[in-house]
Amino acid sequence: MKVGLFIPCYVDQFYPQVAIATMELLEKFGCIVIYPPNQTCCGQPMANSGYAKLSGGCERNFIENFRGLDYIVSPSGSCILHIREHLQSANEPDIAENIRRTSYELTEFLVDILQVKELNASFPFRVGVHVSCHGQRGLFLSSMSELVSPAFSKPEQLLKMVDGLRFSMPVRPDECCGFGGSFCVFEEAVSVKMGKDRLREHNANDVQYITGTDVSCLMHLEGILRRQGSAVRTIHIAEILNHTAHVSN
Amino acid sequence: MSVTDHSRAAAAFIKDEKRTDWHDETLWFVREKRDRAAHTVPEWETLRQLASDIKDHTLSELDSYLSLFEQRAIANGIKVHWAADAKEHNEIIYRIIKENEVRRIVKSKSMLTEECHLNEFLVQQGVEVIDTDLGERIVQLRKESPSHIVLPAIHLKKEDVSATFHEHLRTEKGNNDPQYLTEAARQHLRDKFIQSQLAITGINFAIAETGGFVVCTNEGNADFGAHAASVHIACMGIEKVIPRAADLGVFLRLLARSATGQPITTYSSHFHRPRRGQQMHIVIVDNGRTRQLGRSDFRSSLKCIRCAACFNTCPVYRKSGGHSYHNAVAGPIGAILSPNMDMKKNADLPFASTLCGSCTNVCPVKIDIHNQLWKWRQVLATEGYTGKDKTFMMRVMATILSHPALYRFAGYSGRWLLRLFPGLFESRKLNPWYREREMPVAPANSFRQWYFKNKQKNHSS
Repeated sequence: MKVGLFIPCYVDQFYPQVAIATMELLEKFGCIVIYPPNQTCCGQPMANSGYAKLSGGCERNFIENFRGLDYIVSPSGSCILHIREHLQSANEPDIAENIRRTSYELTEFLVDILQVKELNASFPFRVGVHVSCHGQRGLFLSSMSELVSPAFSKPEQLLKMVDGLRFSMPVRPDECCGFGGSFCVFEEAVSVKMGKDRLREHNANDVQYITGTDVSCLMHLEGILRRQGSAVRTIHIAEILNHTAHVSN
Repeated sequence: MSVTDHSRAAAAFIKDEKRTDWHDETLWFVREKRDRAAHTVPEWETLRQLASDIKDHTLSELDSYLSLFEQRAIANGIKVHWAADAKEHNEIIYRIIKENEVRRIVKSKSMLTEECHLNEFLVQQGVEVIDTDLGERIVQLRKESPSHIVLPAIHLKKEDVSATFHEHLRTEKGNNDPQYLTEAARQHLRDKFIQSQLAITGINFAIAETGGFVVCTNEGNADFGAHAASVHIACMGIEKVIPRAADLGVFLRLLARSATGQPITTYSSHFHRPRRGQQMHIVIVDNGRTRQLGRSDFRSSLKCIRCAACFNTCPVYRKSGGHSYHNAVAGPIGAILSPNMDMKKNADLPFASTLCGSCTNVCPVKIDIHNQLWKWRQVLATEGYTGKDKTFMMRVMATILSHPALYRFAGYSGRWLLRLFPGLFESRKLNPWYREREMPVAPANSFRQWYFKNKQKNHSS
């Protein structure tokens, strides 16, 4: 199974450890991981700011890098949602459609495609789960508190396979953290207030780590935690799932 | 108005953090009540789909349902008026007031009359209207606008209400007892009801089949007004019509549960015809709605039944307050309705969202609100309402991210600067990220650099 590793631009630049963990996890489960070296960005930053018409260059580059693979996997629900909902190509509509259909966020790929039943992972800490909106409400990684429907969660399903991990949910289990792309600077006050309120609920649970499926939310929460001088750290779910007892972080 | 209006007003609101927390928690309490109420209905999601389908169908044949409604209403003895815009709506109502030579007028809650700025218009003509919804009366006394379409005074605490009542209704200074304040409001409004000659109400549902309409209130103030006065004027947007009386069962089950978590509003009053000696008028208003109907991406926003569930669930609304939306209808639904009315004035509102999608999930008529927020952003940028600075910034970003070598160079230089000269980024004035957040720690190598140093070497060895 040839899996293209899509590492969102800001993860590539600021969180290489998340990319490494994602790659290693996929390899552990027998995937042939291919990292297309000229990838950049999915185009979401422009599109969500109202400039989808400027994201054509990103889309062409994405298609160029990720054509001809069985699957495309990324440690970001938000970027994958953007690809699935918006990737277009005027010249090669079939290839674009194929990419949209075969793009997966990491935890849904592990659960739905690889059907992972056990993990050789250990993370003996108290971990708060932050549910990222685009993964949840866009990709349906978990059930949503607004809907009258059966409860499920793909990320939680995986975390339950990790030895020693005790996870907790905040009181408002799926409230947005306030990152929101360019929202985090254009609506800075609301963005930070939303983040602080999420952290208050995690702190009440006495967590040591906060994890999630999107690095962007974690980056925002991490920025506030560090400013507050908190000992709580953020960690992407790929790093936990790839964390074994003998490898210390 | 500029594109940063909402963010500025929101920042001012958040400055009082304790009060913001109180506002947030009060509305979250309503959201939780809504969740509990929804979960008592096992077929909730089916009901939402049904409501959505009925509204879609009605909008697709809106002209014929409106004609049928008019015809049946006239047959019932109701006078029907058509208003193309807010101005016509206000003038029609003023004409009826003048023709009847009445002075004492009461009005129950109608967001349409807020949208049309009816009160301001009538005051200019020397006519005073008393709002009889308690929350609306409070904000009216304070010369404010409602901050929420269901809970108009939700931005106020009992201390604020006490001060307002002390000033206007001569209640005891500093008496914050809700029971005492409510009693004072009751006595004050009871007087107005008894004396009223003309009552204005909104309409929640107009039924084409019967020519009747339904008004939902929790305070019974619409009934009080309409039953005491000799003239009743009911105002509706063209989207309020539903085909059959049987459809009401679907909407009434959804409306109050979504709005406040009640199984049903305390009063769901059915009006069919004027009582003997009474005049009954209906004003049917377009005011931009047919334009919205013509926008294929946004027409389904007209399905809205004004329950405000999207307000209560929206973290941005809860933390920025209704007045930051500078529009009669605030919140997520206001942010997709208002650009249709005035793109320039409301260009900031579709950006007052993280696109989290919670609004879409609570909407009882399944309007895909967050997708429409995204689509409005595209329209506003294309029409040039997002500002030259932002457009320039986006062009630069798009160019960098479209060229792999340029992207790598920018990433490398950015990290290098952040590592060696962190001070460059540490301006709370120039860098909004840094105001209350630390910058991410820049690693020496990007993943790509790591990959080519380590991974490929391992593969070849």
